[in-house]
Amino acid sequence: MLSLWMVLAAAGVLALSGLPACLLGSPSSTGQRAATLLMVIGSGLGLGGLVLSLGQAAPPALGLAWLLPWGQFAVTIDSISILFLGPVFVVPALGAIYGLGYWRSSEHPDNGRRLGLFYGLLAGSMVLVTIARDGVLFLIAWEVMALAAYFAATVEEDNAEVRRAGWVYLVATHAGTMCLLAMFALWRHATGSFALEPSAAALAIPAGVAGTIFVLALLGFGFKAGLMPLHVWLPGAHANAPSHVSAVMSGVMLKMGIYGIVRMTALLPVGAWWWGGVLLAAGAITGVAGLAFAIGQHDLKRLLAYSSIENIGIIAMGLGLALLGRSLDRADWVVLGMGAALLHVWNHSLFKSLLFFNAGAIIHAGHTRDMDQLGGLARQMPRTMMLFVVGAVAICALPPLNGFAGEWLLYVGLFRTLGPGPGPDLGAGAGLPVVAVAAVALAMTGALAVACFVKLLGAVFLGSPRSPLAQHAHDPPASMMAPMALLAAGCAGIGLFPMVASPLLEDAARTWAALPDSSATIASLAPLRWITALGLGLVVLIIALVLALKVLPRAKVVARTGTWDCGYAQPTTRMQYTGSSFGQTLVELFAFVLWPKRHWPAIRGLFSSSAHYKGVVPDTVLDRLVLPLFHVAGRYLPNLRVLQQGQTQMYVLYVLVIVIVLLIWGQMGGQP
Amino acid sequence: MTDRIVHMLVLLVLPPLLIGMINKTKAWFGGRDGPPLLQPYYDLFRLMRKGMVISTSTTWIFRAAPVVTLATVLLAGLLVPISRFHAPIAFTGDLILFAYLLGLARFFTTAAALDTGSPFEGMGAAREVTFACLTEPALFFALLVLAKASGSLTLTQMLHGPVGGFAAATAAPLVLVAIGLFIVILAETCRIPVDDPNTHLELTMIHEVMVLDHSGPLLGVILYASAIKLCILGTVLLHVVAPFTTGQVWLDVPLFVLELLGLTVVIGVVESVMARLQMRHVPYLLIAAMLFCGFGFLLLVR
Repeated sequence: MLSLWMVLAAAGVLALSGLPACLLGSPSSTGQRAATLLMVIGSGLGLGGLVLSLGQAAPPALGLAWLLPWGQFAVTIDSISILFLGPVFVVPALGAIYGLGYWRSSEHPDNGRRLGLFYGLLAGSMVLVTIARDGVLFLIAWEVMALAAYFAATVEEDNAEVRRAGWVYLVATHAGTMCLLAMFALWRHATGSFALEPSAAALAIPAGVAGTIFVLALLGFGFKAGLMPLHVWLPGAHANAPSHVSAVMSGVMLKMGIYGIVRMTALLPVGAWWWGGVLLAAGAITGVAGLAFAIGQHDLKRLLAYSSIENIGIIAMGLGLALLGRSLDRADWVVLGMGAALLHVWNHSLFKSLLFFNAGAIIHAGHTRDMDQLGGLARQMPRTMMLFVVGAVAICALPPLNGFAGEWLLYVGLFRTLGPGPGPDLGAGAGLPVVAVAAVALAMTGALAVACFVKLLGAVFLGSPRSPLAQHAHDPPASMMAPMALLAAGCAGIGLFPMVASPLLEDAARTWAALPDSSATIASLAPLRWITALGLGLVVLIIALVLALKVLPRAKVVARTGTWDCGYAQPTTRMQYTGSSFGQTLVELFAFVLWPKRHWPAIRGLFSSSAHYKGVVPDTVLDRLVLPLFHVAGRYLPNLRVLQQGQTQMYVLYVLVIVIVLLIWGQMGGQP
Repeated sequence: MTDRIVHMLVLLVLPPLLIGMINKTKAWFGGRDGPPLLQPYYDLFRLMRKGMVISTSTTWIFRAAPVVTLATVLLAGLLVPISRFHAPIAFTGDLILFAYLLGLARFFTTAAALDTGSPFEGMGAAREVTFACLTEPALFFALLVLAKASGSLTLTQMLHGPVGGFAAATAAPLVLVAIGLFIVILAETCRIPVDDPNTHLELTMIHEVMVLDHSGPLLGVILYASAIKLCILGTVLLHVVAPFTTGQVWLDVPLFVLELLGLTVVIGVVESVMARLQMRHVPYLLIAAMLFCGFGFLLLVR
């Protein structure tokens, strides 16, 4: 019970951490330091609570009555909550420390306090979202989270682009909330209460209603998580928010959407096979298309945002596999799919926060988000680059870092859908080989991720500077480096020792679904100890080879010259491959999804003068589907303005009329 | 123990000979004598005794890339069984590690190319990562077929096949997969028709152009690593197309080496009779590889 109170206290401390700074009046660094200290204390308290709750047999629960007419204040910490709370207690606190150097209140006197206030509120509300066990409480926490994120992401509201991104986010998040309102109403109707606890009534929900609830959950939470094509708000909001807010939004807040899907599917009765199929297909499409969009971007934070969409796709593939396993009674798919999805939730929160922090350092140094203006930062910011390489290798799911461990579980799970073969590795149950095609999609995301992050690394850090923007760049202060270093250490730690997480993952998988087969464990299905052995082996081998090269008698640098220029006498740094040229072939291969806007140079005459090429990859769904739809709505819906009189009495009259109509309908025998 | 020693010997010593064999074949086709069969070994020894010239624009990535590449292909080589022996390292799911180790090598090779700031090397790196996006799905379709046909997720068992050999019903899918894998090998080891390892026109190359600035021991390490890569990818293919065994352990290894040399002759013949494709046509070839492997998969699970 103590653990639950600690987590609740942590939620309170996090949520109110920005308050002292606001009370202090004048913008001062004391207020920001106090907020950061409170964030760290709150997170420490929360992590302590999580550790305490690990040892307990039954999940600690609490139910208090409140004054609202519906529901009650019900909270519980089970193993699913623990897994999602981990990133909530790690990333925002590190982000606050990072903010000490990145968003100094002395440099941002007009919005520093506002940012601190809503940043803390965002973190605190996410804690409540993951432990709430009542529909009403959940929705309150959900809405506080959504609005706090809006106010934190739009602090630079004097910029029109920020306002636009904030507006799109606000519309999208409320479209999602609308689905959730419908979902909880249906849930209440089907089970008789708002309680989000497994119950006999919940298990007795008829298949049609359960399917509707699932679809509504998928839409409502999909908006938040960023499943394609519901991702429209994500690139703009992530690109225009301060970098530590982007890190929290991408690393943690998107996962609340995933949490919602996990929680609701855990409560619903075992569904039809299409539940998992839909999620798996959506995940595969989101994964491949997300990266295809990422490769076309010039804005480094937009690129990272699209890569977040891709990672959400990978998580959704894991959940889809687990759902399929639950429908078809394959415990091994459930354990591997759920294990992979939840491990990837952790992994993504680590490396994506690292990369967003890194992006903030780059923007500080280069004063631009356009990576085609940067280049050669490696010499001025060697430590930042080192940490960036760690994050990039991790996000490409390459061994020996954490991204690989998660995707490896997912691969093994997907391969096991092939169905029985002559050998023992694929399991005995009937398979669903068409699902295994998802492994091919996953392989494609792997190759695309390498392309995407080599592009980012090369365009920003390698080569020579393409513009004088970053000539005074240097490594950021320790307050920004330390959080990045900690996150990088986390990537390496989970990458080399993933089995540390496996008891927790198995526990969560068993909380999520009642598995008949207790022999299906991660250790027996996918020997993670081998990942440890070979990861360490790779590191040792690399070190040994470096040493071997060192002892070669004459393996020394005998000359340092310019790069080989193929005989061209006057190479300039503007001749380097830019990020855009690097990704161009891939953008063309995927042109059927991306619909890039290109402006080709017109070459006239024998000695053509300067020419200009411009290529942009806008968000297809937003620019070609959503915005035209809103324009059409904007043209025709004003006719309905007749109803909007601006007089409160009239509005109340509408309510009266509608209630009377409903009353008549009820009397006539319609459903109440 | 003996099998591990033999495995290491084959993995470490044989690869440069394969490159020599390809070059010899091409020379024969061109009516020349060509360089000696052992020329790649001489080249490696010569490069190891040289100093290095390094570009002023490079960072540690440039020097780390060859080492990381060699380490990853060596580790990947330990996962692939040679002849009828078990691979020294075999565990459930090692096939994924195999593919991703090669991905790690690609990450560092292409990053090192961008490190020089040369437009040519950037061009090569862009092509490498682009084409990998098409070969990777082909490779995974092939791995799916092998996993299903053998019922195993361990490379050793997948390539050796189930006890008593692959079932007759898997023959057609395996043939399709073998064709797809052959194209993947040509692309991954930078052979004609995808890439030309001998040309000196930087605009037309992929792999060679990425390592233009490496010299001395670093270049030697790169050449050695790419030879090893050819050896292990060729081994994978040979297990699919020529799973022959004599039943005599002491005969199996020489037979296997002969098969590998035969494969390099085939590659040399392909290089001699074909022209390099236009760069914009290479994706079609790679998509064809994906289709072969994909149809193999469909045939098997239908």
